[in-house]
Amino acid sequence: MKSVKVTGKNSKHEVFLYTLSTCAWCKLTKKFLTDNKIEYEYVDVDLCSDKDRDIIRKDIESRGGEPRYPIIIIDDKILIHGFRKDKITEALGI
Amino acid sequence: MRQRAEADARTNGCFLSPDSQFLNDLFEGLKKNEERYGYPACPCRLATGKFELDRDIICPCDYRDPDVKEHGCCYCALYVRKDVSEGKTSIGPIPERRPKEKLDRAYGTSMRKMKVSPPSTTSGTKTEVAVPREPPQINLKMWYCRQCGYVCYREDPPYICPICKAKKEMFTELSTTLTTQQ
Repeated sequence: MKSVKVTGKNSKHEVFLYTLSTCAWCKLTKKFLTDNKIEYEYVDVDLCSDKDRDIIRKDIESRGGEPRYPIIIIDDKILIHGFRKDKITEALGI
Repeated sequence: MRQRAEADARTNGCFLSPDSQFLNDLFEGLKKNEERYGYPACPCRLATGKFELDRDIICPCDYRDPDVKEHGCCYCALYVRKDVSEGKTSIGPIPERRPKEKLDRAYGTSMRKMKVSPPSTTSGTKTEVAVPREPPQINLKMWYCRQCGYVCYREDPPYICPICKAKKEMFTELSTTLTTQQ
């Protein structure tokens, strides 16, 4: 599974995203994090193999999530569905 | 792509997103999907690449009209309601109306878990084992709208009739018998 790491000055939290390369909401989420200098890592699920999609689906389900993108996982415990600026801001303390 | 979307919005009484950058990103996503799959699958949903499985999420998707009506925008927010287009109402991510079983098709064609009885015991306790998953079977049927007579050939009827906007419940399966003259 190919994940991309985006470096930023703020690496206080571990931020991981499941996104789609074609999704405008995912793009907004990435831009928001980059603009706020947050370090994050993401996987574009649509570019993954069937086997990796299977693993991703199981990972999302094990965290109590649904397959709706973007999915933002903060510090391996907080899961946010969609580009919800208020929730992301609160979780990251920005 | 843009002209097609604008024309479709006019015909169906909705509008395109007023955010030009966001709109460009959506068109870019749609274009990428059209090049990738041969049809413009929703850019914000995970497609399978198999036409019949993705049919309901080809833009404009089956769920657009009820979503625009209820939430002010469709799932990806390409299409919006009048008040949203005029900037009177703001929008955000909306709930997914697409049924879970259809969402599931884009995942895991490799293995699935199945409960089986171990051969060595007769107690009836079942254990989970991984077995190869069969590809989803599509059973195409003929459907007709009882309100306007629109006929389509697909797995299940559209969420709403594209012609008269009747609900899914107005569709009935059409069974035909073909006979050949001797």
